[in-house]
Formats: sequence, C-alpha cells, structure tokens
Amino acid sequence: MSGDMREVTYRQALNEALAEELERDANVFLMGEEVAQYNGAYKVSQGLLDRFGPMRIIDTPISENGFAGMGVGAAMVGLRPIVEFMTFSFSLVAFDQVVNNATNMLTMSGGQFNIPITFRGPNGPAHQLGATHSHATECLYANFPGLKICTPATPRDAKGLLKTAIRDNNPVLVLESELLYSSKGMIEPADQELLIPLGEAELKREGSDVTIICYAQTVPLALAAAEALEEEEISAEVLDLRSIKPLDLHAILNSVAKTHRVVVAEQDRPYCGIGSEICYRIQKEIFDELDAPIARVSQEDVPMPYNERLEKAVLPSAEKIVAAVKKVCDA
Amino acid sequence: MSAPEQRDEVEMLALMLLIRRFEERASQQYQAQKIGGFCHLYIGQEAVVVGAIAATRDDDYLITAYRDHAHALARGTSANACMAELFGKVTGCSRGLGGSMHYFDKARHMYGGHAIVGAHVPLAAGIALASKYRNEDRVTLCFFGDGAINQGAFHEALNMAGVLKLPVIFICENNLFAMGTSVERSTSLKQIVDRAEGYDIPGFIADGMNFREVRDKLTEVVEAIRQNSHPAFVEIRTYRYRGHSMSDPASYRTKDQLEKYRLDDPITRLRAQLTREGKLSNEQFDVMDKHAKDTALASVTFAEKSEEPPIEELYNYTYAP
Repeated sequence: MSGDMREVTYRQALNEALAEELERDANVFLMGEEVAQYNGAYKVSQGLLDRFGPMRIIDTPISENGFAGMGVGAAMVGLRPIVEFMTFSFSLVAFDQVVNNATNMLTMSGGQFNIPITFRGPNGPAHQLGATHSHATECLYANFPGLKICTPATPRDAKGLLKTAIRDNNPVLVLESELLYSSKGMIEPADQELLIPLGEAELKREGSDVTIICYAQTVPLALAAAEALEEEEISAEVLDLRSIKPLDLHAILNSVAKTHRVVVAEQDRPYCGIGSEICYRIQKEIFDELDAPIARVSQEDVPMPYNERLEKAVLPSAEKIVAAVKKVCDA
Repeated sequence: MSAPEQRDEVEMLALMLLIRRFEERASQQYQAQKIGGFCHLYIGQEAVVVGAIAATRDDDYLITAYRDHAHALARGTSANACMAELFGKVTGCSRGLGGSMHYFDKARHMYGGHAIVGAHVPLAAGIALASKYRNEDRVTLCFFGDGAINQGAFHEALNMAGVLKLPVIFICENNLFAMGTSVERSTSLKQIVDRAEGYDIPGFIADGMNFREVRDKLTEVVEAIRQNSHPAFVEIRTYRYRGHSMSDPASYRTKDQLEKYRLDDPITRLRAQLTREGKLSNEQFDVMDKHAKDTALASVTFAEKSEEPPIEELYNYTYAP
C-alpha cells in the first residue's frame, strides 16, 4: 500500500472487479435481472453492457431458479458465469439450483464436473424491506459442503474477494450488502492487481481486552462499538472474517488467545447462525483461554417487521455490541 | 465425428438390445440386493434415446433425468462402468459416488443423470447458451419425462431458451405416467406438445416405439437448429414396461395397456423392419442378442470384482483445486 491509494465506493470496487475479470477471461460473463440495459438494479454493472456487449452481459427474465440453473449448465461446459441475484432473498427461489446442482455436481459426477460459478448480490437486511426481502442467507448456505462463501465489508475487500471468487473453480457466493454499496474506502490504484484469498480474515482494528468477531454489515457496527469502548478504556480488537466458508479459524484462535474474551457480532439470526459454529470451534480448540462465556449479538429470532422502530430492535447495532462487550468484560 | 447418416440401423438395433439386456440384468441384481437406493428402468423406451443418437453427432451435448442408464450406454459408456456405478464401485462412471440416478460421462458429452425432476432443464439451456456463446453448431439434447413439464424450472428454461434462441431440443419422453400419476390426472393440456406453443417454440410429436420415426423427426429438427439456432420441443410417445422404480408394482395401470405396448415393442419392430428388407437374418439377430446378454452378464462380474471407492478419498471431490 502506498500514497497511490485512492478512495472508491463499494459499488465502484465491485464494478472494477467485474470489468477487470471480464476483460481478462473471455469465458467470464454476467447474467441476471436488470444487469445489462438497466445497468444493474444497484448500478454495480454500470457501463458493462456498452463495453462487453449483450452476449456477455445478459439480461434475464425474473426467473431466479431458471437463470441460476442456466449458469450452472454453462459452467459445466467450462464458461465462468457470474450470476447476479438482485438480492440473496431471491436466491431462495433458486435454492435448488445453487444447492443441488452447483454444489453437488463435482461429487455426484465422481470429480468430472466442477462448477466455476460466482453467485453475487446483496445479502442481509437493508432498510424497511420487510420479511421477504431482508434475509441473511449465509447460515443457510454455510451448511452445504462444496460452496465457498465470502462477505466483503469494505470496497477493498469487495474488489479483491470478487475477483478471487470469479477465478475460483468452485461455486462461490459473494454476499454483498445493500447498506454498504455507497460506503467509501481506500483501495490500490486501478492498474494494480488486487486479489484477496478466500478464507482469510483481517484484523480491522487491534485491541487487547476483547475480540469482536464480525463480517459484512456488522463490521462497521463493530468498529463504531470499538471506538465508543475506547472512551471507556476498553480496548477491542475487531476481526473481520471476510469469508464464512472456508473459515479462518487460525485468525480467530490467535485473537482469542490474546484477548481471552469474545463477542460474535453476526448479521443473521441466533438459531443455528454463524455465531453458533464459531462459539463451538473456540471452546473446542482453546476452552482454557476463555475468561468469560462468549456473547453473541445477532438479529432477534423473528421474521423481519416492516416498522422502522421494530426493525431497529431486531437488528444488531453498535450499542448492542457495546453492551455485550461490557458484559463479557465484567464477567 | 460420426455424422448421423453414417449410423447403421443394425448397429442401432444392437444398441437397443444392449440397453434392454443391461436393464434386465440390473433388475435382477437389484432384486438380489446388490444395488442400493433407487433404480429406474428404461425397458420399453429404448427407441427414444437410440433414435436421438442416430440423429445427432457424438459431440452434441446430452443431458437427462434419473432414468439415465440407457442414455449413458447409448453415448458409448461401457456396460462395465454403468453396472459398476450401480454397485457403488470406484470403476463406475461416477466413481460410485453418483449411483443409478447420477450417471456422468464427460468425455462422451453425457452431462448427467439428474434426479430432481425438471431441475436439469435449465442446465440444458445453459449448455446450449455456451454453444451459442462460442459460436459452435453443437446441439443440446435434453431428455425428461412427462412429470417434468409441470415443474417451474422447466417453464423458466423453455422461456429463456425461446428468448435467447438457444440450440436445444427439449425431448419429452411421454411414458404416460409421472411416478404413479397419469398425464390426464397431472396435466391441464390435451397434448403435451402444446406446452411448446406457450413459448413460441416449434413442437413435434413422434412415436417412441418406432426407432425410424424418432430418428427421422429428430434429424429434421437437428438440421434446422444447426442452420439457425433455436430451441425445439419434441414429445415422444413411449411406454415403460416396468414400474416407476424397482419398488413400484405399477398397479395404477391395466394389464391390457401394458400388453398393447409390449406388442408394439421397439426392438421387435426394428428387427422386423430390417428382416423384411433383407438387412438382418435371424442368425445375425441371435448373435447380436447373445452378445448383448454376454456383455450385460460380464458387467456384473466386473462390478462385483471392482473395488469400493477408498474412504481416504471421501473429501477429494467436495472442492475442485
């Protein structure tokens, strides 16, 4: 990193990743609802149709199961499709294609057919979209062997992870975030290749009293919480998982061995959520390092209400993380 | 690359016999509990896939549902590899990891073996999209049963194939029953081919008990697609002599119906046609049939003697390198 770093939005970073990989490999194409002529429902694919043409930037009808499957079929014969879900809430309509076809194919075929496909789009609650449009799907998909899952929280991670996902020879879910599309961050110059490996967490802030494990939308919340805690002389370390699968257990254990106290801030729901698995792994590997029970901050266990005040009550927040940290530090 | 006109009818008859004898042997081995899981037999429908093979090139893509043994055999996957897959052996066409419903043979462009009804129809559209993307004249043959036409994935795929003018033939093997439910009870249409009209896709009907009719109809369709990329739909009317799967006694249909189709057997018919035309003697037929039976029997020995997939390889195929 150098003085040449520049500031871009999360949306621009994704757009750069798409354009660079489309440029680099003629087998890469983008398909989804409104990705071409409309330039993307969230403008992530802005300008790509003009640059790469209609054979590589393909508008689909509203048929998530159909076009997800079409992507898998194209991947069977060696193309590298990027399938955009307008939101991962709609990927539930395509669940069968993602799970049964993309994910099982390599095993079912005895190793003959790998599926190099990227499924990407916003995931997790946005703002008052109600129960059907607010799903955080990472915990659902994490249960399936054969899938890789990443959850970029910054523009730099968004670009680096998406590029790596496109080059991966397996189905990869890039779970973006509507709430983060306009967020800004520093990133390498455009002419510098930026690839971030899947399965590598990153310390977004160092600290010594407690580890806040987070990903995607909970990263900015955890950073805000850490800042607030500093005023109360609690030094919080913020570990951004960046990938849900593979999970960077090594980074988790290192941080916990240093701070001995843990809060998991996740954007999904508590029951069988990502935090459940992390808590299990920590106690299994380094139980003796823990000075307090692990706390979790997640959504409340209810379908998402539309009402703004209730939605806020359901979602994780910096305040909830601060409260959880204080609890584990007092224990 | 073999062109369709080079496919010899006697050879095609031999292929139908191999499929028939293989399936009979599989049925016997299933009853002897050598084969696990589900096992769906194709007996009676042989002229459909063999007719399609006769109409296409070796490099055309083929994908089908779970009644898939015949489709692999027709593509040239060995009886040994097919039987070994049923036995769950590492020498199977999917290394014993797929089973009866998940046969794959990438080298022969056999793209599975798919067991969620209708879910492979979008895959076929994607394979055809790749042909168009690469500007190849390869056609995708997508086989499915009459049960698949009521799944959402089927409709979504047909619509997109229509919009994108993809070079794919949707081949409905209408054997009159989706599991135990007859077409009249499951489908709000007078005839299945009318599904195609809803997507502005040309639709055709062929008699699936008649090899020549299937071949000739598909030859016509394939040539039109090679000239000018577009999807087509062919309803091929056929019949399975056995139940939906090995565990189904098929009590939902009459003996008379079964007998009617047995009398119209596709193998008997092609044999009679060839014999009448002086292209096949009874002796030749007997030699072919014996060869098919011997091949099927030998595949059982091969499968029995083959190794199981090693436990140490359990994690080898979850992710590609």
